[in-house]
Amino acid sequence: MRPWMIMLALWLPLTAMANEAKPVAADPVLEQRMIGLSENLRCLVCQNESLAGSRAELAQDLRQEIREQMSAGKSDKEVVDYLTQRYGDFVLYKPPVKPITWLLWFGPFALLIGAAGSLYAYIKRRGNRLADESLSKEEKKRVEALLANNGNEL
Amino acid sequence: MKRFLIPLGIFIVLVGFLAVGLRLDPREVPSPLIGKPAPDFSLALLSDPGKQLSPADLRGKVWLFNVWASWCASCRQEHEVLLELSRQGIVPIYGMDYKDQPAAAQSVLTRFGNPYVETVVDLDGRAGINYGVYGVPETYLIDKNGIIRYKHTGPVSPGVLSSKILPLVKELQK
Amino acid sequence: MIPELGHMALILALLLAFIQGILPLVGAARNNQVLVSVAKPAARAQFIFVAIAFGCLAYSFLTNDFSVLNVTRNSHSRLPEIYRFTATWGSHEGSMLLWTLILGLWTLAVTVFSRHLPDDMVARVVSVMGLVSFGFLLFMLATSNPFLRMPMAMDGSDLNPLLQDPGMVVHPPILYMGYVGFSVAFAFAIAALLSGKLDASWARWSRPWTTAAWSFLTVGIMMGSWWAYYELGWGGWWFWDPVENASLMPWLVGTALIHSLAVTEKRGSFKAWTVFLAIGAFSLSLLGTFLVRSGVLSSVHAFATDPTRGLFILIFLLVVIGGSLLLFAFRASQVGLGGRFALVSRESFLMVNNILLLTATGAVLLGTLYPLFLDALGLGKISVGPPYFNTVFVPLVAPLIFLSGIGPLARWKQVNVPELAARLKWGFGASVLVALLLPFTLGEWKPTVSLGYLLSLWIVVTVAIGVRARMRTGAGWSANFYGMNLAHLGVAVTVIGVTMVSAYQTERNVRMEVGDTVTVKDYSFRFEGVKDVNGPNYSGSRGTLEVSRNGKPVATLHPEKRIYAASGMPFTESAIDYGLTRDLYTALGESLDGGAWSVRVFHKPFVVWIWMGAVLMALGGLLAITDRRYRASRKKERAGA
Repeated sequence: MRPWMIMLALWLPLTAMANEAKPVAADPVLEQRMIGLSENLRCLVCQNESLAGSRAELAQDLRQEIREQMSAGKSDKEVVDYLTQRYGDFVLYKPPVKPITWLLWFGPFALLIGAAGSLYAYIKRRGNRLADESLSKEEKKRVEALLANNGNEL
Repeated sequence: MKRFLIPLGIFIVLVGFLAVGLRLDPREVPSPLIGKPAPDFSLALLSDPGKQLSPADLRGKVWLFNVWASWCASCRQEHEVLLELSRQGIVPIYGMDYKDQPAAAQSVLTRFGNPYVETVVDLDGRAGINYGVYGVPETYLIDKNGIIRYKHTGPVSPGVLSSKILPLVKELQK
Repeated sequence: MIPELGHMALILALLLAFIQGILPLVGAARNNQVLVSVAKPAARAQFIFVAIAFGCLAYSFLTNDFSVLNVTRNSHSRLPEIYRFTATWGSHEGSMLLWTLILGLWTLAVTVFSRHLPDDMVARVVSVMGLVSFGFLLFMLATSNPFLRMPMAMDGSDLNPLLQDPGMVVHPPILYMGYVGFSVAFAFAIAALLSGKLDASWARWSRPWTTAAWSFLTVGIMMGSWWAYYELGWGGWWFWDPVENASLMPWLVGTALIHSLAVTEKRGSFKAWTVFLAIGAFSLSLLGTFLVRSGVLSSVHAFATDPTRGLFILIFLLVVIGGSLLLFAFRASQVGLGGRFALVSRESFLMVNNILLLTATGAVLLGTLYPLFLDALGLGKISVGPPYFNTVFVPLVAPLIFLSGIGPLARWKQVNVPELAARLKWGFGASVLVALLLPFTLGEWKPTVSLGYLLSLWIVVTVAIGVRARMRTGAGWSANFYGMNLAHLGVAVTVIGVTMVSAYQTERNVRMEVGDTVTVKDYSFRFEGVKDVNGPNYSGSRGTLEVSRNGKPVATLHPEKRIYAASGMPFTESAIDYGLTRDLYTALGESLDGGAWSVRVFHKPFVVWIWMGAVLMALGGLLAITDRRYRASRKKERAGA
């Protein structure tokens, strides 16, 4: 076989193989990290969208800024601090836990504990004695049978 | 029974907050830079790209820093107000042309008048980010020590000027 | 001419609503049968006029009447006909008219399906609904008139491209059927407080209405979620956006309400709770209406409107909700207590259910309004988004779902705890075991995945136990019982969908030239290029992706990028291959150099289960309504009366 035929034979299948598409991002791992962080940050010029998905220009600029900071080795916390220094806590979708947000973060849990406690006390107060001491043995058996049949009727 | 009044009580408080909320703007972002030093920059002048300006150059002066662009429609609204202010000579106004084409910016100033002592050019918006710019026009009041004392987002109206900015300027200039 | 007719119809409806709202209430209080009998005719006439008004507005849209301000702002001559029709409710004014129409529809339904109810009860219910109608009609005529005229325009500004979608045809009407439907439960509650009569038969009357509204709301929210999924962003299905929260809160309280009603009907207990929840559910519907239109919150879904309208709605809220809660404060103690129940009993399980749902509602309300609270107090501005809601909501709802497995198996009044534990221990053990091991087969073990599986499996197991136990007793068909179990299974299905897609979704964002492929899981996506495309009111680029799996073709997807002519707004239309076990979600990004495009491809496992589960929940509710007891009682009542 002539050398050029061998070359052709080797090369043709390669062209038939589709190319595996490359990620848009230059550094996919960094990109993942950036998107992960941006999902919890607010786009300041949008009507309630995250920085990750927004197509607004400022959002694109800020995503680029975050990429560069991460490439320069900054940690997630440092990047977040960078943004809050310039835009305040408004840019965080996860409100920081400060005295003024204690009610927000602990309120629901406190409400639950309080409500559960009141419920417990209330039921105890109403009493959980059944009025079945006055029933005879046969009556009790009938009651049991009835309850068993209709016990899962809602 | 008193406990049945609790839902009503909570509701009245809620309505109170909602009523106040009607007068607020949920999208306005207050600046965390108030009381902090004006972020540094060293940007080229619109009038002379060879020269540069930075906030340090303006130490000892009280000055207004107005972020604007030729593509920004609301900036036109405040242009007259700024021109009038610059004519009065109370406080110098420095501009920053944000994410714009210098040629377009220059033509705006030529056509409509130039209220700025100088305008710096922030092509990529980096300086803007440092100042927490999110929607032009935005105006900062910076004191003699280079500290940001006030920020206004949106076009500067005569009302804001007379009630908020000018009184503060007078105080800072003492 | 037609718009003026519509305007007149609204004014007439307002007058009729006034009559409908006042006279029967007075009549019921004073035992005046003439005034009481005004209720039904007034309500029906009011509905007819609102319907005429709605028809006039729809006509204006369909005939491109650009002398009507609302039409010019929300439509365009090249807008496809179906979307010209839906644009009728695409604006604040139009959607208010839809709200009022649907309120009239529910009122009409009450007048038709209430032959078995005492006249004074019906009169009060219809009256209360009439007062609400009056408020909305007044609001429209005073601040939000859809029939305002303007000098004839050449053409309109087009409907927002995001709304030019089949979702617009179904989501708002069905959602409103739910929101507004809670007004019936509300009216029943107010009627009960006014008359002082609150007994088991009251509960039996209000249950079908409440469950129907709840079912509609379930489907409405589900449709909103699905629509957002294929239309917005990258296939997210819940964003904890204020408007979404505004629909979720009435749903949570409505769920508590339908369970509470069951207790009141069956055992005569929870009366004050039920009345409170009925007021609460509708109040949250009204609050939602306020939040979405007043400008106090920022949202992609919010209508662009002004604080004057917000003030009107706020005053309306104060009168309606404040008035109801005041009535509740004074009369609730008189509704009486029901039977006793033990610390562990079906009643106490349902009480815990109430508490968990209300706490969850409180958390959502707190999170939604907290930025406003702080801002109003001058304490700065924060944002509360998904990280908060997910952290707080999930731990509240997880125990709730777990308990919903046990509740139906618990006895009324007193549970024999050892016996119940014995019945459940094998099912519990099996669920835990499978839940812990299954994630390993899917690749990665995550604790949240096991929790999700545990909850769903637990529901399936407990439903099976309950159904088997019932069949053993030979008790026969019960729409109520099977409806409940179907709805609970729906919850399990939704939980699986949420768990799977949250934990195992895969995404690729790649640069593609013609002929390039990208592989996700074992699916291959080959890019065949982009063609120019022209639609009725848009132009754009249409991509083609050939999807195959193990060499076999699966689908051809055409994601698009469009520019709408009238508004110049750019728009991304995703292309999805739906499947029971996975969705393949594709979207075009940007046009890059050399004819290449950036393309996003997702593999979303089991995502449709989220919405399928919701449909099952709604079907369960509708099934429960068909129960004989709601019809049999009518005959009994007639015989007895």
